[in-house]
Amino acid sequence: MRTKSTLQSVLLVSIGLVINATFAAAGDWRQFRGTDTTGVSDEATLPVKWSATENIAWKASLPGRGLSSPIIVGDRVFVTGSSGYRQDRLHVLCFSSQDGSRLWERQFTATGRTVSHPKMCNATPTPASDGQRLFALYSSNDLICLDLEGNLLWFRGLTYDHPNVSNSLGMASSPVVVGDTLVAQVENDSESLATGVDVATGVSRWTMTRPKRANWTSAAILNKGPTSDEDLVLLQSSEGLAAIRPLTGTLAWNYKEGASTIPSSVVSDGVVFIPSQGITAIRPPQGSANIEVLWRVGKLGPATPSPLVYQGRLFSVNGAGVVTCGDTKTGDEKWKLRLTGPFSGSPVAAGGHLYFFNEKGEAHVVKPGDEQGELVSTNSLDETILCTPAIAHGAIYVRSDQTLWKIGTN
Amino acid sequence: MQTGRVGKVAQRFGSVFLVAVIVTAGPHIAEAASVDEHVQAIRAVGAEGLGHAEAIVAVNELSRGKSDTLLPILKAFDDANSLATNWLRGAFEAVAERAWKLSHTLPTGELEAFVQDVARHPEARRLAYEWLIKADPSASDRLIPGMLRDASPEFRREAVQRLLDRAVKTREDQKSAAAIALFREALSGAIDDDQVKAITKPLRELGETVDLPKHFGFLTEWYLIGPFDNTDKRGFDVAYPPETEVDLAAKLPGKMGEVAWERHVTEDEYGVFNIAQKTAPHKGAITYGYTTFTTEALRSIEFRLGTPNAWKLWVNGELVFGRDEYHRGTQLDQYRVKAKLKAGMNTILIKVCQNEQTEDWAQDWKYQLRVCDSTGAAVLPSAAGVKTSRLER
Repeated sequence: MRTKSTLQSVLLVSIGLVINATFAAAGDWRQFRGTDTTGVSDEATLPVKWSATENIAWKASLPGRGLSSPIIVGDRVFVTGSSGYRQDRLHVLCFSSQDGSRLWERQFTATGRTVSHPKMCNATPTPASDGQRLFALYSSNDLICLDLEGNLLWFRGLTYDHPNVSNSLGMASSPVVVGDTLVAQVENDSESLATGVDVATGVSRWTMTRPKRANWTSAAILNKGPTSDEDLVLLQSSEGLAAIRPLTGTLAWNYKEGASTIPSSVVSDGVVFIPSQGITAIRPPQGSANIEVLWRVGKLGPATPSPLVYQGRLFSVNGAGVVTCGDTKTGDEKWKLRLTGPFSGSPVAAGGHLYFFNEKGEAHVVKPGDEQGELVSTNSLDETILCTPAIAHGAIYVRSDQTLWKIGTN
Repeated sequence: MQTGRVGKVAQRFGSVFLVAVIVTAGPHIAEAASVDEHVQAIRAVGAEGLGHAEAIVAVNELSRGKSDTLLPILKAFDDANSLATNWLRGAFEAVAERAWKLSHTLPTGELEAFVQDVARHPEARRLAYEWLIKADPSASDRLIPGMLRDASPEFRREAVQRLLDRAVKTREDQKSAAAIALFREALSGAIDDDQVKAITKPLRELGETVDLPKHFGFLTEWYLIGPFDNTDKRGFDVAYPPETEVDLAAKLPGKMGEVAWERHVTEDEYGVFNIAQKTAPHKGAITYGYTTFTTEALRSIEFRLGTPNAWKLWVNGELVFGRDEYHRGTQLDQYRVKAKLKAGMNTILIKVCQNEQTEDWAQDWKYQLRVCDSTGAAVLPSAAGVKTSRLER
């Protein structure tokens, strides 16, 4: 009797989520580099000029530290943070996108290791949402699932489960949601794994061993159809790029020619652009066919920021802050533009412009052309910014340790 | 790929979840369960999603409770694992936030009494405190000064900071003796290195001595033996003779010939044992360190280790942890390893592995190890000094 009641109640918890999922909307930005992990938004018009006091819809104070991106679900903005001398206090915050008011905050305590490089912090991975739930992952590999009202649904400690899953420099991979599965990639020199978690229960559908090598990249999603059923999750590592089926963790195909462990791959029009020996563009295998390497250009190799594909061009930022534009069909260089770096966050694009936020809090807005890139404006927020910005519903969202901004007009 | 138990648990929920809702959800839903039953369900959560089915229901129910459930939730932290305490924290905050938004009242008397009950879980006490001061900010002045040696590192930090601020002000007022007394008192509770540094510097400027190795509980006397072979990092998994027996008089075959145990002492204030300097900057090599630690009674402790090298740690012959990560930085308390010490003499063996990277930043071969309690406060050996030497006895 108890078992039946428990199951019924669990089911009700979930159906309640469905009924209450009134916040989600098209144009959301639900995970690292957007819902589809491309860094590109369909927004037609976005601000191209602002300052700490101009064209800022609102700004809100944040606790502790954070390199994670904001995500936007409907009219709510979610941000993670970490605080305390040991960076062991985990924060999840929810703001109204309309006025920046803080709707709720929840705090938890890290169960895994919290040490990191001083530049990083525990709140480095970006949270994700399926439109009903929020999944917050931290460098300590604590994985928190809340509903959009801040009610705890479940809590996992991946380092609690696997004590050697950690990195003394900190972990950075952001999880991705595909269908009903959250894929978390936690890889380091000592013990590495990826796991596909049932979003409703927090229980792993599968867990696979991954290459033993520190890895800060985040997974990309390869959309294969109108629904998520056929989508593949692309797990990058020093060994290459493994495409897995998120529901089962089974391998669909595997690119084995090595890849970077910092900038992440990006997908556009069914082609995967991998930070591998520069940039390698591949066409995933169809049926029994092999992976087709379309081109490989060493000069396009990115530094920390992930490459971006927009309007048929690929953009890559090197360690000197130089943006190189390449033709996505051939890899041929089209133009270069020197920006002021350094950059930790990845560029994003919308409304015909590229947005590059450097660590000094300056955003370079670039209008990409066929022959050259035009620097439209440089806009400073006067705080250190290490995150990748988010774009949703006509605005840009970006955070420093202390501040969350909505850039745009109400 | 691992599936097994967790895979079966996942299947229990299945992809037909919402269909099942429609079929099974009826007017006779969950029988009412008590707060205690919900708490027990949450306390049963474990690794790999163990107990989630019941705990998801329980935390949902608990989160909808009224403020009279706050104390039972806090009390449930006692002896719960760190996963369960986070589930409980989630429920507590949901209840507390709703109560606060509705009426701007919380059961302050009960919360304050709970904060003062040092037998309770330190995190639960801290959680109670953080909500208490929303309703009664004056509680901070009443409670924090008495928390200099609290079991919660966060309480200790605040208590130390208050004393430190007073000490600095007193020194500025040219009252050196009083300032020294305040700095000393602050140091007695300080566990965080930034505060220890902020206290030690003025104390020394005032002519005082501070024994940092003793303050932190660093182990500063070790017997070292090596190098053993770690070419291609293969030695990490090789059980060289010290792993099966420590005989300080033994001569053993090493990487480049016979090796023997040698006694070393570090004078470094932070207990750093620089193997490359004390022996030689070997590459692809392993050195073992051996020492002993005497306690009067069985007790739980934490080893806190800093090293940029791969390592394994044994206590009384039992492997307590190991990690094959090389040159990803090093810092104080980089690793925290819980262990139990027996009454009397305990043996400690550490294996420190150097790889063959050639970069300048990959040449460090060193470690620092200290013994402390769960807050980070030093646990000192019961007898003066660390008796490492069978040869000396």
